[in-house]
Amino acid sequence: MKEAELVIVGAGPAGLSAAIEAAKAGVKVMICDENQRAGGQLFKQIHKFFGSRAHQAGTRGIDIGQNLLNEVEKIGVDVKLDAVVWGIFSDRRVGIVHEGKNTLVKAKKILLATGAAENVLAFPGWTLAGVMGAGAIQTMVNVHRVLPGKNVLMIGSGNVGLIVSYQLMQAGAKVAAIVEAMPRIGGYAVHASKVRRAGVPILTSTTIKEAKGKEKVEKAVIIKLDDKFKQVAGSEKEFDVDVICLAVGLSPLAELAWMAGCKFTDVPELGGLLAIHNEDMETTVPGIYVAGDIAGIEEASTAIEEGRLAGIAIAESLGYINAAAAKEQKQQIYKRSDQLRDGPFGIGRRKAKEVLISRSLKQ
Amino acid sequence: MDMRIEEHPILGTLKKGKAVKIEVDGKPVDAFEGEPVAAALMAAGKTVFRYTRKRKEARGVFCAIGQCTDCMMTIDGVPNVRTCVTAVKEGMKVKTQIGTGEDGDTSK
Repeated sequence: MKEAELVIVGAGPAGLSAAIEAAKAGVKVMICDENQRAGGQLFKQIHKFFGSRAHQAGTRGIDIGQNLLNEVEKIGVDVKLDAVVWGIFSDRRVGIVHEGKNTLVKAKKILLATGAAENVLAFPGWTLAGVMGAGAIQTMVNVHRVLPGKNVLMIGSGNVGLIVSYQLMQAGAKVAAIVEAMPRIGGYAVHASKVRRAGVPILTSTTIKEAKGKEKVEKAVIIKLDDKFKQVAGSEKEFDVDVICLAVGLSPLAELAWMAGCKFTDVPELGGLLAIHNEDMETTVPGIYVAGDIAGIEEASTAIEEGRLAGIAIAESLGYINAAAAKEQKQQIYKRSDQLRDGPFGIGRRKAKEVLISRSLKQ
Repeated sequence: MDMRIEEHPILGTLKKGKAVKIEVDGKPVDAFEGEPVAAALMAAGKTVFRYTRKRKEARGVFCAIGQCTDCMMTIDGVPNVRTCVTAVKEGMKVKTQIGTGEDGDTSK
């Protein structure tokens, strides 16, 4: 059986950042991704990021992705694309189908950086062609440069819904409205103001009632919600749209962690059931780590920090970095992560993350 | 109807691959080598990619990253190919899939 020091599953911001830190310290890293290109979802993020300069604020996601790829190439990490990791077995054996060929690799350490999947919303007509995920629209518009339609109704006013609305407009589509079931807008005010200034109404306490059309979306019917989230009869409004975009949150892609036997806990603020991990990002199964959205739905910037943290912790546990040096590097990351998890939007995530880590101490 | 985003305020002018022709339900469609089949079809204004087996309901692209399998079509005689993660090749024959596409399930 093939052997590896560190196998990373997922070459998005968390996986690539971990690969860079671990490889810099001397760890031999193999990173697997099922896609034809590394970078995860970063290449769909054509907007500028927030945070401090240390978090590359003002830099677009696409450029952050390219920088990570350049660094990985420079350091000489073994990047396997078209490589589906389909199972984790006892003694940290990893099942990989790479370019159609199945192999089993025995790893000293495994990092799961698999990311997240989009949530869906079911309503009458939701299977019609033209009902799409927000990520799907970003992929088509920003990566493949094709518009899925001309007139879009956006469901969800979190940052994804707001940003994708703006990106649709940049690409030449019209956004009829953004509807939000909650009584207030979910995302940052700066994004909300931007789409509002462009003339897109954000309708709170409102949801989609129905998508109409023979085979594809032709109309969308929205309806007001009362304070108990019940539809208010008679408050329907109809829009002529050809696309309905669902931006209703993400859920961690944690199947491999389940399969590996990691213990889970429910942390709603971070996206639901999560593999319990400690301050080193190590799960309850020794030698198996998590980083990025699988460890709690946050942002690319936090995924990068968590990836670095896991990379350093893994290098330390393999003996490539001494405890004192590792501690110093980790402290810097904790500090930067706290800066990211700050303010009215971040503080809840910071507290939730502390709860998640405290549960690892009880194991 | 062309849905391609030729000019983009952030991404600039579209860099295209080699222009090729593919065949979609017997008709020629312009595409670029290497782009996903789903992107080429969407650019040509096609939205319905298949019909479900029992109720013959229309389906199109939903996730665009190979996870949901809603966009499956029959390509070069092989049914259930995920068009969103399958690259265009010159002369590819793409068919709107009815049902499983393989059990004589050819009528709507």
